[in-house]
Amino acid sequence: MLELVQYTFMQRAILSATIIGTVCAIMGVYVVLRSMSFIGAGISHASFGGVALGFMLGINPIFTTIIFCLLTAWGIAFVSEKQKVREDTAVGIFFASTMAFGVLLISLMHGYNADLFSYLFGNILAVSAMDLWVSLVLTILVIAVVGIFFKEFLFLTFDIEMAEVTGLPVRKLNLLMITLVALTIVISIKSVGIVLVAALIVTPAASAYQLTEDFRAMMRLSVAFGVGSCWAGLVLSSILNLASGATIVLVATLCFFICFIFSPKRRKLRHRIDVLQHELQESK
Amino acid sequence: MENSKKTIVDCRQLYVAYQDALALENVTFTIRADEFWGILGPNGSGKTTLLRAMLGLVQPLSGSITIFGVAPQNLGARRTKIGYVSQYNTIDFNFPIKVKDAVMLGRSYKLGIGKRPKKPDWQAVMQALELVEMADFAERQIGRLSGGQRQRVLIARALALEPELLLLDEPTAALDVATSEGFFTWLHQMHSQMKITLILVTHDVAAVSQYVSVVACLNRRLVTHGRPQEVLGQETLEDMYGCESMFFRHGEVPHMVVPSPAGSRNKK
Repeated sequence: MLELVQYTFMQRAILSATIIGTVCAIMGVYVVLRSMSFIGAGISHASFGGVALGFMLGINPIFTTIIFCLLTAWGIAFVSEKQKVREDTAVGIFFASTMAFGVLLISLMHGYNADLFSYLFGNILAVSAMDLWVSLVLTILVIAVVGIFFKEFLFLTFDIEMAEVTGLPVRKLNLLMITLVALTIVISIKSVGIVLVAALIVTPAASAYQLTEDFRAMMRLSVAFGVGSCWAGLVLSSILNLASGATIVLVATLCFFICFIFSPKRRKLRHRIDVLQHELQESK
Repeated sequence: MENSKKTIVDCRQLYVAYQDALALENVTFTIRADEFWGILGPNGSGKTTLLRAMLGLVQPLSGSITIFGVAPQNLGARRTKIGYVSQYNTIDFNFPIKVKDAVMLGRSYKLGIGKRPKKPDWQAVMQALELVEMADFAERQIGRLSGGQRQRVLIARALALEPELLLLDEPTAALDVATSEGFFTWLHQMHSQMKITLILVTHDVAAVSQYVSVVACLNRRLVTHGRPQEVLGQETLEDMYGCESMFFRHGEVPHMVVPSPAGSRNKK
């Protein structure tokens, strides 16, 4: 294992694992608490169209994917904001049509493309220096925006109605949040793949949710689980020669089940005891 | 005498429509500083719509509504003078947030984007929690509270803004009778201690008749408004609920019974 670290591709993989583990876990907290996981899945599948377009035009797919994912995210937000179309319906429409567009482009290109396969299921060992730089810049951007709008995003997530009443521009904030989710997906698809990226966003945050009742703690735990799963998945996949994206996601899922088993009963039981104690005090 | 006080809410021939149906028809009233209004009415009578119109969340079809002298959408920074507590079933109480952090959210807009709360903000939060007698629970997760406590936390969130006008939309809807009575007593005390204008939307005729200074009976149009002892007669309630209702006395507190929904007139 230690010799492996000397290779450039492995160093890039470790860096990439750290970056995506962090950014997915942060946005995952919002995605989980706002029940946006279907939007996440929709945007990630839409990126397939972007990837195919990149291959067709012969440019690094990460750039075409950024544009594709952002347009899809904004499209979903725009259509569902009009309230005539439900959000999950909007996602369903964009999800399928952008994938269909990708498949169409691929059918125009002759021959099988192995690289395309690596975008579908991810290959963290194939991350290029350019991919890494773009990921790093976008990650810093995402984290900075989350830092600036921290309490606004929290309010939006906790109680959107009241956030609007107090004067926050909830529509713009919502659009901004969806944009960040789209960027997170772009950052991650090369490493974990279009099909699996949504899991990497949702799972660490869902694990963290099982263990804490504080928002900041949930975010910290989520990042720990995200980065931990990415590192463990990377190591396991290198040693056992497994598909990296799938290994990472399965490690994260295992982590979730462990958290799940050790959490909810305790949570409910403690709540019941608290309420009973309170009622006892009041009756005295 | 009371007329000399500052106008807080002014509603003139207000009509509001939801989709095709009129939710409010020709509603006219004036709410002045420090008054405690109780708005009564059956389901679908436009009570919540009236509050939403005050907040600028729904636009009038015709007529006008002003808060602090301006239309709600033009309030700008003065929006922070209004506290609002909605019917709280939209919140997920399993949300991982502590009581004090939930209350601090009430001040987000006042704080401004990118700014972190400072000492005076936390003082305002703790003060609000003390007012609702929930300061001991500041570190508790918001779901680990009883129904009455949760409601008081949401009121504290509105109070953390140090508002001049507080709108409460059926704050006792999820509470049992005993807890509701305690809550109204507390609300009444808070109103007499603080300089605040209160608007309470409720089904609870008993609470309204005991504590508020002005009662408004709403059934799309404003049936009547005035001092509780003057307006709360059998006729008003019949007119408003569209069915025979009655008071009965249980100790000192008058209760009202509405036998069945509007339309059917079966006597029990």
